[in-house]
Order: sequence, then C-alpha cells, then structure tokens
Amino acid sequence: MSAGKTRGTAYKETLVVGHSAVNWVDIVVVIGYLLTTGYLGWLGYRRTRTAADYLVGGRSVHPIIMAVSYGATFISTAAIVGFGGVAGLFGMSLMWLTFVNIAIGILLAFTVLGEPTRRLGHRLGVHTFPELLGARYQSKGVQVFAGLLIVLFMPLYSAAVMTGGAVFAATQFGVEFEVALLVFALITAAYVIPGGLKAVMYTDTFQGLIMILAMAYLLWFTYASLGGVEPAHRYLTEMADLVPAPLQAMGHQGWTAMPRFGWGAAGYDLWWTVVTAIILGVGIGVLAQPQLVVRFMTVRSRRELDRAVPIGAIFILLMVGTPYLVGSLSNAWFAQHGPLLKGQVVKMIDAERRHALVGLMEETAPGRWAPVINPKTNQPATAPMVVAAHEPAQDVHGATLDLVSGRAPAVVYAKGDADQIIPTFISTALPRWFGLVFFLALLAAAMSTMSSQFHTIGTAAGRDLYERLTGKHGSEPSVLVMRIAIMLGLLVAVSISYNVREGYVIARFTAIFFGLCAASFLPAYLGGLFWRRATRAGALASMTVGMLVSLCWLLLVKAKEASAIGLVQLVTGGKTSLLADYPNWPSVDPIIIALPLSLLTLVLVSVLTKASDPQHLRRCFPQEQGR
Amino acid sequence: MLGIADPLVLAAFLGCIAVTAVSVLYGILRRNAAVDEVTPEDRAWAIEEQKVEDEL
Repeated sequence: MSAGKTRGTAYKETLVVGHSAVNWVDIVVVIGYLLTTGYLGWLGYRRTRTAADYLVGGRSVHPIIMAVSYGATFISTAAIVGFGGVAGLFGMSLMWLTFVNIAIGILLAFTVLGEPTRRLGHRLGVHTFPELLGARYQSKGVQVFAGLLIVLFMPLYSAAVMTGGAVFAATQFGVEFEVALLVFALITAAYVIPGGLKAVMYTDTFQGLIMILAMAYLLWFTYASLGGVEPAHRYLTEMADLVPAPLQAMGHQGWTAMPRFGWGAAGYDLWWTVVTAIILGVGIGVLAQPQLVVRFMTVRSRRELDRAVPIGAIFILLMVGTPYLVGSLSNAWFAQHGPLLKGQVVKMIDAERRHALVGLMEETAPGRWAPVINPKTNQPATAPMVVAAHEPAQDVHGATLDLVSGRAPAVVYAKGDADQIIPTFISTALPRWFGLVFFLALLAAAMSTMSSQFHTIGTAAGRDLYERLTGKHGSEPSVLVMRIAIMLGLLVAVSISYNVREGYVIARFTAIFFGLCAASFLPAYLGGLFWRRATRAGALASMTVGMLVSLCWLLLVKAKEASAIGLVQLVTGGKTSLLADYPNWPSVDPIIIALPLSLLTLVLVSVLTKASDPQHLRRCFPQEQGR
Repeated sequence: MLGIADPLVLAAFLGCIAVTAVSVLYGILRRNAAVDEVTPEDRAWAIEEQKVEDEL
C-alpha cells in the first residue's frame, strides 16, 4: 500500500462515525415492508385503485389520501437526503425553500393552477403533460418537444432520487455505495416495473404515512437532544465562527444566518447559489413538473382540490422542513455529542467558548501522535472544533505536545460532502431501529416519486413521441416503446448515480431538472391556461428559448456544472466558466436568465403571430367565451 | 427570537408555519364552497385514463 493511500485511509478513519453492518432483523423488516406495499397494491387492483377509478365510479377520494399521495410524489430522497444535506452545509436559509414549496408548490398550485388544469385536460381529453400543451396549442411540435425533453432529462432527476437512497443505505448498513445502489435500484425496479407505475392510492398513502412518522420522530429527537427549540437554535447561532474557512470565503455567515448578499466579489457566491439555484430554481420549478401537473387532472372537482390544501401543506412542512432543520441542527448535535476528535490547536478562535482551529492527529504508535493528512489537498487536515479537554502527549519524534480533544460541526464528520450529512447524523445520533425506519421512509419516498417519474417517461416516449410521430394510436408497438423507454430511463439513472458522485450532486441534479422544466414549460403552460392570445408559435419559441438558454448556461457559464461537463475548458482554454473573470455570474442559476427570456419570447412571438382558432379557444375556455 | 438572530432566517422559519396555517384556514373555509360535480366529460376522461394506465 502506498504512503498516500495509507494517509488517505487514516484521514477517513479519523472521521469515521456510526457505521453498522446489516443484520437479519434489517432484512426481515425491509422484506415485511415490501410485502405490505405489494399487498396494498394487490388490494388496489382488486378494488378501486387509482384516482381515475374513483372518478369513473363517481366517488370522492378522501382529502387526506389525495394530499398525502400528491405529497409522496412531490417529496423524494432528493429532498430529504440531498437538500437536507445542503442545509447542513449552508444552514437554515434553506427554510425559504420550505416556505416557497408550501406557498407555491401547494397553496398556489392547488388554488390557482389545479382547477384550470383539470378542466382544460378533461375538455381536451389529454392524459400527459406534453399532450396538454400539444392539444392546447394544436401543435404536434409542442407535444413532441415536451416529450423529448422529459425522456432525455428526467433520468437525471431519477438519478438524484436513487443516489439519495443509496448514500443513506451505504452509511446506515456499512456497505459500499455501489452495492447499496444496486440493491436500491433492484428494489425500486421490482416495484416500478410490474405494477408500481399505477398510482395506487393505498400504496402511495401507506408510503406517505411512513414518511410522516419517520420525520415527526426525527424532528422531535433532534430538538429534544439539543435541549428544545430555542436552546438548539441559540447554540447553532453561537457556532457561526466554526464555519469552515472555504464556506466563509463564499459568504457563509453561520447556520442560522442568510449568506452574505452583494454583487461583484467571490464572497457573495453562496447567496447567489442558495437563492437562485436552490430556493428559486426548485421552488418555482415545481409548478412545471410534468408528473405533478397531471395529478390535477385526476381530481374529481375543485372541492377536492380545496380540501387537499391543508393536509398537503402540513405534509410538505413536515417532509421538507424537517430535513432542512435537522440538517442545519446536526452541526450543533455533533459539536455537543459527536465522537471526539484529537489534535493540536492551530489557532484559537474564541477562548471563552473554547472554539479553536485544530490540526487533526492520529495515534500511530502507543502514546505517539502524527498529523492526519488530507488526501485531497495533501496538507495536514484541520477542523474547527469545540475543545473538550487537554492532555500531554508526544509527537512521532518524542517531543511533547498539548493534545486536545473536541467535537466539530457535522460538515467535518461528513468530510464536507453534503450528501453524507443526513446519513451520518442518522447513523450516529439516532437509535439503530430508527435508522431502519428512516431507510423505509426513504424507500417509500423513492418508490412513490420514481413510479410517477417512470410513468411520465413511459407515456412521454409512447404517447407523445411514438404515437405522434407515427400516427398510430393505442397500438401494441406503442406499449413496447413505453416499456423500453422505462427500462432505458432506469439504466441511465443508475449509470448517472454510479458515475457522478462529486459535491452535493443530489440537490444539483434536482435543481437542474426543476430549473430546466421551469424555463422550458412554465410560460407555455401558464399561457395555455390563462392567456387566450398565447399562440402555437409563441409556445414553441418560448420552450425552445427556455431549453437552449438553460442548457447553454449550464454548459458554459454555471461553473460547477460547466466544469464537470468539461466543454467550457475546451472553449476557454481551461477556465471553469465563460464568465469566470466576472464574479458571481458563474454562481447564478440558469433559471434567472432562461425563465424571463422564455416568458418574453412567449409574449412577443404570440403578439406577432396569428391568434389561435376561435373555435378551438371556445372548446378550451367555454365559460369565458360565454360571458 | 427563538435563538435565531438573522431576521430573514427567522422570517423564513415563522413564514413556513404561517403559510401552513393559511393553507389550513383556506381548506376549512372553502371546505364546501366549490361545486362538486362530475360531468360526463370528466367521466369520459377517467375511462380513457384507465385505459392508458392499463396499457402501461
């Protein structure tokens, strides 16, 4: 083994926390859960099963079932593990995303968009989101464009969901990520492919209830172990000086503070990342998620939508608010209760609070201590820490030193990897039985989201692409195309999860897909519902501009994504962004540029082109015409 | 207040609770306000939707 590898292993082992091997109880519980899910699905097949069945039978879906089922599709492992981890890294400013998720994703979506979408969808007899746009604008091009975008890019979001589950399983059960990914993919495929594609409401609700129980316990445990709501927040506020230096340089001002706001210096990058990519990108993007929009069509009436709002809001508050709070507070928990780390004080940050920057050390021989080397930088590893005790010790040369032991924020134990923060916290802080319950909750979150994702991919490939391009409807080959698309989508998602593991990918993949959907679909979708003057040419131009600007920005400007893809380095001779010399631009999310341009294009092109056929508009909006 | 010094983060924290409360209030107030009627159009759509799901 090389010296470098030995050092890398030592660094890893210094920060190892809470891993435990999988045992037979885990296996029995997981199988029991899967059997219950399967049984509920079977019950669903025998009786009324989907929202469409309720509607055909003329019966109402109970508002709790309707809301929890919608919420379970909305919330996935990406939100819980991915964005929860980002909150662990960046702090409680992410609570704005929870606010936007409830205000826009539930309140606005259900009360403003739900009923017009339902009515228009039923009048036009459409069953997919691309079909809705295509029928409203009487355009095969619009439908095919939307279907293609879904088939090509939704696997990225599925990969985020899959990575979230696999990262947690690997940490919780002490197995390699690749093994966890394979098992997670097989379980979800076994559910999704034979029957899970049908949104059987019993199973969605069962999965939603497991998620509710897990999150409620997690929230209670976290606050209780930190002495209550106010003491927990106060302790986290007082840890602001323990934010690692690289995050401080980006504008991190503490886990209970917004990042530093401004323009024109690298010290404002974090604000632009958090606000534009995470809060706006995901918060607005949810309105144009194809798998969520079609849910409105399955609703029986406006009354059902109104009644689902309260439960939907509470569900999202718990499902999204909990991981963001717990992710942030995990820093306080580790600083108070985390495993002890040892080292030598490099710099005292706050003597009164015993906050110090410590050079980490490991015991290489009895009583002899050597610095731990960070394999990424090849420099001695340092960590901000709350010092707990001092003891005399000797270095490898026999010289005496003051060895301190202490505890660090969660980001240190997770080695700066946001995706590891929630799994590390659960496996270290919570009882082992809860780790298993949480895994079931993640499985539930992944299954309910992925079944609707692959349903959307399948119908986009079969109905929106194959049937529209060949003109054959309801044919056997169309079903085959759907199945092939689902299998390919699953394989692509697994491949992406397997190959891309750098820097909070779960949240980034989700943000990319949500932002792309918002820029490409949202103006055309809103125009289609509320603006009769919106034309076919306007919609197609708007979607094209939204998609192209988003993709160009991701490929050439947004530094994190552009540098990972690599094209920008070829174009600029090694820079990570076309705008690398202009601070903050490389942190701005594409949605900030692409969505306004897409909206402007819809308006301008629609005004300049021939209005839609009045007879078609009367079919789309009969009551408005009748007034 | 609540151990959070930054007013913007505090606003987000309290805003989440407030918007949830507004949503609950909305649902209660409009519980029976909207018409609950299944039209032949709705039923025809649902029958077609069943076919789409069965195909898949």
